[in-house]
Amino acid sequence: MSVIRTGGYDRPGIIERPEVLAPGHTAGSVTDRISEVILQKTPKWFYPAFGVSFMLLMVLVFSMAKLFLEGTGIWGLNVPVAWGFAIINFVWWIGIGHAGTLISAILLLLRQEWRTSINRFAEAMTLFAVACAGIFPLIHVGRPWLAYWLLPYPNTMGMWPQFRSPLIWDVFAVSTYATISLLFWYVGLIPDLASLRDRSEKKIAKILYGMAAMGWRNSARHWHEHEVASLLLAGIATPLVLSVHSVVSFDFAVGIIPGWHATIFPPYFVAGAIFAGFAMVLTLTIPLRALFGLEDFITQRHLQNMGKVMLATGLIVAYGYGVEIFMAWYSGNPYEWYMVTNRITGPYKFHWMALILCNIVAAQLLWIRQVRQSAVALWIVSMFINVGMWLERFIIVVTSLHRDFLPSSWGMYHGTIWDWAIFVGTIGLFLSLLFLFIRFVPMISIFEIRTLLPEARALGAEPARSEDSPR
Amino acid sequence: MSHEHEETSGRLYGLMAEFEAPQRLLDATRTARGAGYRKMDAYSPFPSEELIEALGAHHSKLPLLVLIGGILGCLGGFGLQWWVNNMAYPLNVGGRPLTSWPAFIPVTFECTILLAGVTCVLGFFALCGLPQPYHPVFNVTRFTAASRDRYFLCIEADDPQFDTQRTRAFLEGLGPAEVSDVEY
Repeated sequence: MSVIRTGGYDRPGIIERPEVLAPGHTAGSVTDRISEVILQKTPKWFYPAFGVSFMLLMVLVFSMAKLFLEGTGIWGLNVPVAWGFAIINFVWWIGIGHAGTLISAILLLLRQEWRTSINRFAEAMTLFAVACAGIFPLIHVGRPWLAYWLLPYPNTMGMWPQFRSPLIWDVFAVSTYATISLLFWYVGLIPDLASLRDRSEKKIAKILYGMAAMGWRNSARHWHEHEVASLLLAGIATPLVLSVHSVVSFDFAVGIIPGWHATIFPPYFVAGAIFAGFAMVLTLTIPLRALFGLEDFITQRHLQNMGKVMLATGLIVAYGYGVEIFMAWYSGNPYEWYMVTNRITGPYKFHWMALILCNIVAAQLLWIRQVRQSAVALWIVSMFINVGMWLERFIIVVTSLHRDFLPSSWGMYHGTIWDWAIFVGTIGLFLSLLFLFIRFVPMISIFEIRTLLPEARALGAEPARSEDSPR
Repeated sequence: MSHEHEETSGRLYGLMAEFEAPQRLLDATRTARGAGYRKMDAYSPFPSEELIEALGAHHSKLPLLVLIGGILGCLGGFGLQWWVNNMAYPLNVGGRPLTSWPAFIPVTFECTILLAGVTCVLGFFALCGLPQPYHPVFNVTRFTAASRDRYFLCIEADDPQFDTQRTRAFLEGLGPAEVSDVEY
């Protein structure tokens, strides 16, 4: 599928780029095509796909029941590695979520119109990834039924949380992130839910979409407030997304463990989060756009741009790795330097090499235009990055802890079957939520796609008029 | 839908003209405003700045609300931590100050964002009057197309200039596909 721009770019030396929306669409065809995905009969492939995801979700429920009955002893945690899969998976999931906010908020403020068609989907991915991430700290506290003690509320014990602890910062950062992401997503959905209310034939669908749309009637005055609210929420979410992964990195950086105590952590974690998140967006959109035939809306241009963002953030991540090693050497601290040499040549050296292969070597393929233009090649690279980013968190958590200051406390860490079961189970939760989302809610923002149409542009339709695509 | 029901004008919400092209709606809105109509609203499947200007809509109050929400969140978040550490549960950790404010910044920041964001969404609902389970414009059967590819202008009956027959004639003159009564 390649839609080549016909107008614009007649200046010599500028390569023609695919459009963000295939030509020939009208407001009616856009609305019908995207809502058809939901209003049509459930496609046959949906049942096995959702079934497998749901089975994995049941694995999560089962292994969490086992955990609650027997305690964290079923995990591979032990001194000195008292943080294992739970924190690795938490950071991995929450990082994946960050691409959604980047696409929905930062690219909106930067008026990148190509974000429009992947925005809704990426935001949903954020919500579901945060839901998966949120499970881990809660089940990791040992007595999960008392997890609400983390919140500041007046209680008969007369106790309050320790606000100087990064773990409490995490509680505030992640719960704020989840709340704002959900609100932002819902506000963006309201006009599309109204479209579905007006399109659906079945009474029950009309009632449910009608309730969810809250009586939206496409009034120009409401559109005005909607635009203002979207921009404000984008402006709020932009510093929020940067703060969330910075706070997550403080969980490590504030500790005095060699390999954690580094000022590069906040920016390096944020870049890694966006890197991982775009990889996940590609991993999911490439098969979905083929299955639903949505190539008119998610074009080559989107895939290429996401490839470029991955390349750029991947280079920042590679720089982060380099700075970590350099600072360990430059500090002259023997513990820091030992940690680096142990990380590269110690018992976890194969994990480290796999990390470099996935996150640095594989990402360099994105320099090649043919790779960025091929959906299959992009999908393969994105899978490498998904694995690589998980390994990165494994390396950071485990190799920093397993060689304690005292050699008598040294140890090794491996996840048990229950560690893996819970991790795989959260993938099941993520995919189950995702399949329900694409079945019941438009996965591409219909009203925002309408603003890309020529007749909407003539009326000064917002948002995201991109400066780089003259018309 | 478009029967002449002047007798029921006591129960009339307004008159609605349907247009097939957005430019038509924009021109019609400008003409209607030029003719002195104020109580009216335009309906389109996408947001349009020009349409809002043509309606003469005021600046949104939402940014001010969000600013107030953010300031309250900021003060509330910091105040909570100050109160907990100084009044409710003071902990002397190696003689360090109870108000160690740099460590309070992350939570203060998150509270600022949370309250600003929640104010933004609730404010948006309040300013739009949502949720609104019933609205007369939906009594026009064709109106569902406003969320697809049709454009509507509704002049409301409580506009001082509104007169069922004259307003209908006025709307007919703007080149609509159809003019309908909007009944309560």
